[in-house]
Amino acid sequence: MIRRLAVVALLAFMTLPTVVVVAVSFNPTAILSFPPGGFSLRWYANVLTYPQFQRAAVNSLVVTGGAVALALPIGTLAALALERGRLRGRNVWAALLLSPLVVPGVAAGLGFLILAAALGLLRSRSVLIAAHVTLVLPFVVRSVWVSVRNLDPALERAAASLGATPWRAFRRVTLPLLRPGLFAGLLFAVVVSLNEFVVSLFISNRVTEILPVAMFTYVVNYTDPTIAALSSLFIVATFLVVWLADRYLDLGRVFLQH
Amino acid sequence: MVVELRGCTRDYAGVRAVDALDLTVYEGEFLSLLGPSGCGKTTTLNLIAGFVAPTRGRILVDGEDVTGRPAHLRGLGVVFQSYALFPHLSVRENVAFGLRERRVAAAEIERRVGDALELVRLDRHGRQRPAELSGGMQQRVALARALVYRPRVVLLDEPLAALDKKLREEMRDELRAIQRSVGITTVFVTHDQTEALGLSDRIAVMSHGHIEQLGAPREIYEHPATRFVADFIGASTVLRGRALDPERVAVTGGPPLRVAGGRALRAGADVELAIRPERVRLAPGPGDNVVEARIEGLVYQGAQTEVAARLGDGQRVRAFVSEPTPAPLAAGQTVHLHLPADAFMVLA
Repeated sequence: MIRRLAVVALLAFMTLPTVVVVAVSFNPTAILSFPPGGFSLRWYANVLTYPQFQRAAVNSLVVTGGAVALALPIGTLAALALERGRLRGRNVWAALLLSPLVVPGVAAGLGFLILAAALGLLRSRSVLIAAHVTLVLPFVVRSVWVSVRNLDPALERAAASLGATPWRAFRRVTLPLLRPGLFAGLLFAVVVSLNEFVVSLFISNRVTEILPVAMFTYVVNYTDPTIAALSSLFIVATFLVVWLADRYLDLGRVFLQH
Repeated sequence: MVVELRGCTRDYAGVRAVDALDLTVYEGEFLSLLGPSGCGKTTTLNLIAGFVAPTRGRILVDGEDVTGRPAHLRGLGVVFQSYALFPHLSVRENVAFGLRERRVAAAEIERRVGDALELVRLDRHGRQRPAELSGGMQQRVALARALVYRPRVVLLDEPLAALDKKLREEMRDELRAIQRSVGITTVFVTHDQTEALGLSDRIAVMSHGHIEQLGAPREIYEHPATRFVADFIGASTVLRGRALDPERVAVTGGPPLRVAGGRALRAGADVELAIRPERVRLAPGPGDNVVEARIEGLVYQGAQTEVAARLGDGQRVRAFVSEPTPAPLAAGQTVHLHLPADAFMVLA
């Protein structure tokens, strides 16, 4: 009984911020008060019609799409090289590829800002894409690496003995067997990139900023429940992605198949 | 000849796995590479398959130099110890893999995959995934996959090692039957002498990267050329001695032993005599070719008991005594062992 109460309390504690945000988003008045004094969808309408959010949503899609499209093949090759390649200093390479996880966002953001300024790229979304690639890469490498480890190296030899060129063997045998790791990596990359804020704040402007940055800017200037509405949409979207992935890609298996 | 290795050497990080190996595989034969782990037998197979390149030497298939040719252009069939079946493809697609890579027409693929699955008695399991099949069935899928595009040679890397004993014996017989019916040239890697003796037309016994002896199973078993071969095949006893005349050998701490058959001995030469444990008999007392030995260990094996004994000078003798033994045996006891003159194999 006590144990069950503890679980309920923990769950309540963990979901409380989410509940507050969602509740506030339906508040009819322009104050961020809790509990809400009624029910209204006006802030949702505001989110969808606010031009800066529209622009930021497009930026988010472009940046996340571009970063993921680059990070997946790069991360896959890196994972293959780490596991299979005749690599000198394998541990150093592994540490480097996974290091963005331990570099503080502020430091990374500052680094990218200085680099972008030096290259004259501050007005371009390409800097954001490049930064996001480095931020999501560790997640992709990790996920794919698990699948690579589960591969029997004899499979590629078998494919070769059956007449498959190295490329054909990769296409017909290796890649299909890496699919679970690739999906998991893709999922992580999308979620991380869509929610990335600190680094992006350093290297974006009003034209290139992505949604989390636009939300922050909005909160700095206005204090109405619009931001709660947008946050709620974000929560729902993230939840949907994870739920669909879990349902159709069998995520549990991906993470448990060591 | 189908496959020829000429002076092939392969080093791995300074370790010589295969050392200046010469080997010829003839059309239609079943050749076994037999040896303990680390003797270079699997490396030899990988050299033929094209998975590793020789550090030195040349490899010929049908008289053509294929030394620099990658595995996918050699067109040989390989069955792996782990089977290496593609887990994401059905049994049928696994078998069809080699044909698809060769761009065989769809109808032809259909027919040949059907034939191959029938050959290994798996025609009703085509739609299943490899993981749904038993070990023996997976083994047969791997065999069908390697045979379906009619390779010049099929290379088998310890294909029976992962099966339990009974299944292994069944598969061994089946493997032989299939090889016979297809008539395909086969190179078989194993560390199991029973498998090699039962399956092969010829056996190459390997040790430390070179071939100790190459010959028919009976020849290898009855006339081992070296101490290593005598010991590895049939775990023989090897006695050291000195030839007194062409027919007699003095072994320290015992009467001279008569040696019949084989080559005549050179008087005064040091010789090594090998004798199989199943040829050693218990003798009731002293006599011709009878030595005294002290029993050190007994291992009861049901149909027989394995006796480990030592001669007066410390040389070991192993004997299989069939059960029930004529008199109870115990460790520490002194027994008389008859070593028949015609059972000795004189090692080079």
